[in-house]
Amino acid sequence: MQLIDPCDETRTVSVKNLRVETTDNLKQLVEDVSLELLPGEILGVVGESGSGKTTLGLALLGHCRRGLRIGAGTIRVGGELLSDKGPSELQRLRGRLVCYVPQDPATALNPALRIRTQLAECLDKNGSGRNISLEDLLEDVMLPSGAGFLHAFPHQLSGGQLQRVAIAMAFAARPRLIVMDEPTTGLDVSTQSHVLKTVRRLCESHRVAAVYVSHDIAVVASIANRTAVVYAGRIVEMGPTASVLFDPSHPYTRALIRAVPDIDSTATVSGLAGQAPDGGADLKRCSFVPRCALAVPACRATVPPAVPVRPGHEVRCLRAADREHIHERSRLLPEETGSRSNTLLDVRQLTASHGNAKILHDITFKIRAGECVGVVGTSGSGKTTLARSLAGLHEDARGQVIYRDSELVSGTRNRDADARRSIQYIFQSPYGSLNPRRSIGASVATALSQLTTVPAAERRARVLKAFDQVALPASAIDRFPHELSGGQRQRAAIARALIVDPDFLICDEITSALDVSVQARIMELLGELQREHGLTMLFVSHNLAVVRSIAQRVLVMQHGRIVESGLTEAVLTNPSAAVTRQLLQDAPRFSCARSAEYLEEHDVV
Amino acid sequence: MVIGVKFMADPKIDKTAPLTHAIKVAPARRSRTIWSASAVWGLILFFSVLMLVIFGPFLTPHSPIDFIGAPFEPPSSYALLGTDTVGRDVLSRVLSGGSVILGLSAIASMLGVALGGLLGIFAGYARGLVDDGIMRLLDVLLAFPQTILVLLFVSVLGSNFWLIALLVAAIHMPQVARVIRASALRVAREDFVVFAHGIGTSPIRIIVQEILPNVASPLLVEFGLRFTYSIALIAGLSFLGLAQEPPAANWGLMVNENRIGLMQNPWPVLAPIILIALLTVGLNLLTDAYARHAGKVNAGRSSAVDLDEDDL
Repeated sequence: MQLIDPCDETRTVSVKNLRVETTDNLKQLVEDVSLELLPGEILGVVGESGSGKTTLGLALLGHCRRGLRIGAGTIRVGGELLSDKGPSELQRLRGRLVCYVPQDPATALNPALRIRTQLAECLDKNGSGRNISLEDLLEDVMLPSGAGFLHAFPHQLSGGQLQRVAIAMAFAARPRLIVMDEPTTGLDVSTQSHVLKTVRRLCESHRVAAVYVSHDIAVVASIANRTAVVYAGRIVEMGPTASVLFDPSHPYTRALIRAVPDIDSTATVSGLAGQAPDGGADLKRCSFVPRCALAVPACRATVPPAVPVRPGHEVRCLRAADREHIHERSRLLPEETGSRSNTLLDVRQLTASHGNAKILHDITFKIRAGECVGVVGTSGSGKTTLARSLAGLHEDARGQVIYRDSELVSGTRNRDADARRSIQYIFQSPYGSLNPRRSIGASVATALSQLTTVPAAERRARVLKAFDQVALPASAIDRFPHELSGGQRQRAAIARALIVDPDFLICDEITSALDVSVQARIMELLGELQREHGLTMLFVSHNLAVVRSIAQRVLVMQHGRIVESGLTEAVLTNPSAAVTRQLLQDAPRFSCARSAEYLEEHDVV
Repeated sequence: MVIGVKFMADPKIDKTAPLTHAIKVAPARRSRTIWSASAVWGLILFFSVLMLVIFGPFLTPHSPIDFIGAPFEPPSSYALLGTDTVGRDVLSRVLSGGSVILGLSAIASMLGVALGGLLGIFAGYARGLVDDGIMRLLDVLLAFPQTILVLLFVSVLGSNFWLIALLVAAIHMPQVARVIRASALRVAREDFVVFAHGIGTSPIRIIVQEILPNVASPLLVEFGLRFTYSIALIAGLSFLGLAQEPPAANWGLMVNENRIGLMQNPWPVLAPIILIALLTVGLNLLTDAYARHAGKVNAGRSSAVDLDEDDL
């Protein structure tokens, strides 16, 4: 054990050679991680699902999930050696010295207690001795401190408000370190932008160090001073955010960046090839070798050490110095096919309501065959209701929808089989859209048997063909949904839609439940389908960057109305509606990280 | 847990290179096994009593209805558990006295769970007026005191195996329907059911193919619970002489017949009580273990947010 250096007050957090392993010692989920944080500094931790980023974040709190333990290394926060403390001491320090903001605030707050009670309890326990009032706490996160708000129960607040309450609670004790695990993943861009700004301001003003865990490198770019990229339990690249983003040296970082659509560029995204690591570091060689295009025999022989490529920027890659392999993002614009072809769908004065509440007002637009139309808007703008109304899943819709030459009635049951076949809908969450008790093959084949006259003997072959189209292996046919990853499930859902040869595909936020790297692969797939099979698509998303990378035209919605529409490029470069400008401004973007001083100092780009 | 994917981002990667195409099946985790210590104990208890009930009648040293000695003789080598109130062999009566209680309970709970489950699924799927109608009718049934209801019918219509099975099933039905309706409500809102609607699947097929398999776990748990209640209820009815009439051997009846001789020979009362207790405790442990297991598995299945958690 090392002695605590009492003079070393500058570094709030100091982690050395941290290893988190399973208690049976089989897997190292976090391996050889060393990092330091200054007061007020925010470190972004980026990685795919299963990379160990959450495990790392929790370990910084001295916490391990059941079945895991801290196997080696030290964690020091504010002079306390966390890795050495017993459970009762850790409990005393949590909430005061270290805090945690979980992904889903709805489950982090007690649904049966009023906001006032929960905040007061937090202040009582952790804020004692300091002169902090409830009002101060709420003011910090820009929430109203009126009686009405304090009297509310968690379910009466919006997701963004809840997350800000959770953040206020974390900052209540003025801890030295706050770990945030994807705190904005469930929020729409505008709320996300508010939350990110709040966190950044609070960290700076209270001199609190923060670790921000996320799979979205664009979000990290807009908040973190420094960024660490985690792959298979190791930090493969760490440095100042701008340096990592604009001059990535590890092939994995480069692939990850290519997978994220950037709001400021028209480049299409490209997914990561190969298999994501399923937990555990490779102790003998570089873990990225199986997916690496630059791998040389030496990569298989040793674990690359962390070497600085620039001051403060370290990379674990033997070929980091090899600059010639860096590819630019591909500048492929989605083709403009729409103007030449016929109108496929003509929506005139569509209104829809839910009970007494009117959700859609006078929606009028056209979609031409073969084009992809994006629908964007904040949550609650009615975009999902629009998608569902067109698909016939929302029955309470009025207005005229002309599909090809005939009018579409609302409600799938009232439509004929051919209309049901021709228009396919893909759901947001692949976790709910497949029956967990039926095999993937059976689920996909049901669509075929219900909507077409394909004889039973040919169905299996057709299912396999559809799997091939979406790059699912044939072996998935007998698997059950829980045996597949989120991305695979979404592919299966797409296969289920494609198997009946639809002409019009409605995609409702289909990538928002997925990792960015998986999202990129799904986007590539959709782009390919559009180009090669002439599929017409309605692509609903709250993410403008995603829409920009796939849609030729875009509709912007607010309060159930279309407030702006036009060619994607025109709308995004020259927005006319206030909501479009707001969405553009709030979108997380790479350029946030491009601080002027950094660029001058290092002469990058 | 991502499998190899065919198209790739980087043109430098050999597209023909075999990527691991085997899907990694989520490994059976130790924490997710159903065989906890209490589950094993439950299984042992339940199956030993079950074996005794099934094979007991073939192993009796005496006929269960023959008089072999004086009333309430203490245990001896001739009658291992002594004799009962009229001098019949207690061991033989214990060995052959469980079948009606167990059989009747099993049939009654199956019937109750099947009817209640069906009504619950239907109510949860249909919602609206149908739901209200079904559930309010079941509430009426729930309002009657259970044992009194059975007593009333049995005393009017006379004791009969199927009548009792039906009555006990009717008692279970409302509770089962409530639990299953709640599950069906949740499942019916899932996207895969919406999708089935979307492609025009008929309501019957949606219920059978999409909803039923997804409420199978709560149905099984309910069956275990109801089975336990049935045993207690039917043992009680037997005690009152409503399930079988003397001289038939029946654990419930034995307790009643032999109460007066508790001081001379406690075994004709104790032995049936112990067996009924072991049976219900065993069954309860098993049900509990299954319910916990099903809960864990479901938690793992619907983890949309905890990918990291799941990739452990």
